Amino acid sequence: MSKALSAAKAAEMVPDGASLLIGGFMGVGSPHRIIEQLVRQGRKSLTVIANDTARPGIGIGQLIDAKAVRRLIVTHIGTNPETQRQMIAGELEVELVPQGTLAERIRAHGHGLGGVLTPTGVGTAVAEGKQAVEVDGRTFLLERPVGADFALVGCRRADYGGNLDYSLTARNFNPIMAMAGDVVIAEPGEVVPIGVIPPDEVVTPHVLVNHFIEKGLCHGR
Amino acid sequence: MDDKTIIAKRVALELRDGDLVNLGIGLPTTVARYVSPGISIHFQSENGIIGMAPVPGAGLEDESLTDAGGGFIGAMPGAAAFDSCTSFGLIRGGHLDVTVLGGLQVDELGRLANWMVPGKMVPGMGGAMDLVCGARRVIVAMTHTAKGQPKILKRCTLPLTSVRRVALVVTELAVIEPADEGLVLREVAPGVTVRQVVDATEADLIVPDLVPTMPLTPARPAVPA
Repeated sequence: MSKALSAAKAAEMVPDGASLLIGGFMGVGSPHRIIEQLVRQGRKSLTVIANDTARPGIGIGQLIDAKAVRRLIVTHIGTNPETQRQMIAGELEVELVPQGTLAERIRAHGHGLGGVLTPTGVGTAVAEGKQAVEVDGRTFLLERPVGADFALVGCRRADYGGNLDYSLTARNFNPIMAMAGDVVIAEPGEVVPIGVIPPDEVVTPHVLVNHFIEKGLCHGR
Repeated sequence: MDDKTIIAKRVALELRDGDLVNLGIGLPTTVARYVSPGISIHFQSENGIIGMAPVPGAGLEDESLTDAGGGFIGAMPGAAAFDSCTSFGLIRGGHLDVTVLGGLQVDELGRLANWMVPGKMVPGMGGAMDLVCGARRVIVAMTHTAKGQPKILKRCTLPLTSVRRVALVVTELAVIEPADEGLVLREVAPGVTVRQVVDATEADLIVPDLVPTMPLTPARPAVPA
């Protein structure tokens, strides 16, 4: 059965209240068509785990504008005043996580680990409520894994089977998140026949990908 | 020369041929303009590239080739792209030679605060905590004061970015090196006196007998290859 589906169908799979890992860095490499459909379909009370909320009107910023998000786990919201406004107004719960720690927490979930030990954040506000672990005389924080009901990832190409590759800095969190969602939906820039992405260049193997967004027909339209 | 140019030029002199360097958004980014001719620096952007370069020309932007602020960049020949785990593995794992970051406060223990002002501004730490924790050398590039108030304090009043001591603080007035014994005044900017620096600093400064003037260009012009 084909893994291809429309962005609208993909968004319909996501219920209100779902948790979403969403790839992208300042909107670069985000699954924009799925995000647009989630907004259009009026999804609410989402938990979003992502690097940032980009800017108002852009990428994950569109979900913020639509007040579709109740809880946010991100590294940075400085570029999105609307995210800050909703946080200060108490409409949006925000957990700020150091970027390297967020990447490793997502990786830990996807790789079946019980957490990661990182020196980042020791002695700072980030350490509050976390277990400190000594290893060979150095102190680390135990950071817990984080996964989600869905991983929504942007990629350069998907082949018909769902193998994915990525482009330059649009890669960012996407391949890590593709390991950590219960259901993984990819949004490729291009859909190509099997074999066009050589095995050595596949970054996300097809078995991880449940669905990808179809290319859509655009010749002259 | 304006304050920010002085800071960027002085910081640029800290970079060595072949260094892997991460520049923070804002003032630190401008350091790249003043790298000494004849040396080659690998610039990392934490969103996933080593070998970032300016956009090569109008119309040549690539929507998948951006810096950590989302702005378009170019790539040097030999550039490499990678995911966020690898990017922060480079940073945290001790593979990054230098990071240059902006600062809100630095204290006598050489600790940096630069990620939030409680109740006022909560941008988040982004990659800053990992960078300060993991880079081999951490250089803070910031103005010496903010609205007339000192930013180099006895103790930071804002939440710390890391408890690790930074290697160097470069301002438009001075170069200060946090050391075991405290903050050592290493250089003063051209036309600035030691007294002016001390007056603009809340923290106690250790002032050596000789405090040279801050150089803003390489000591010897690089010999063209």
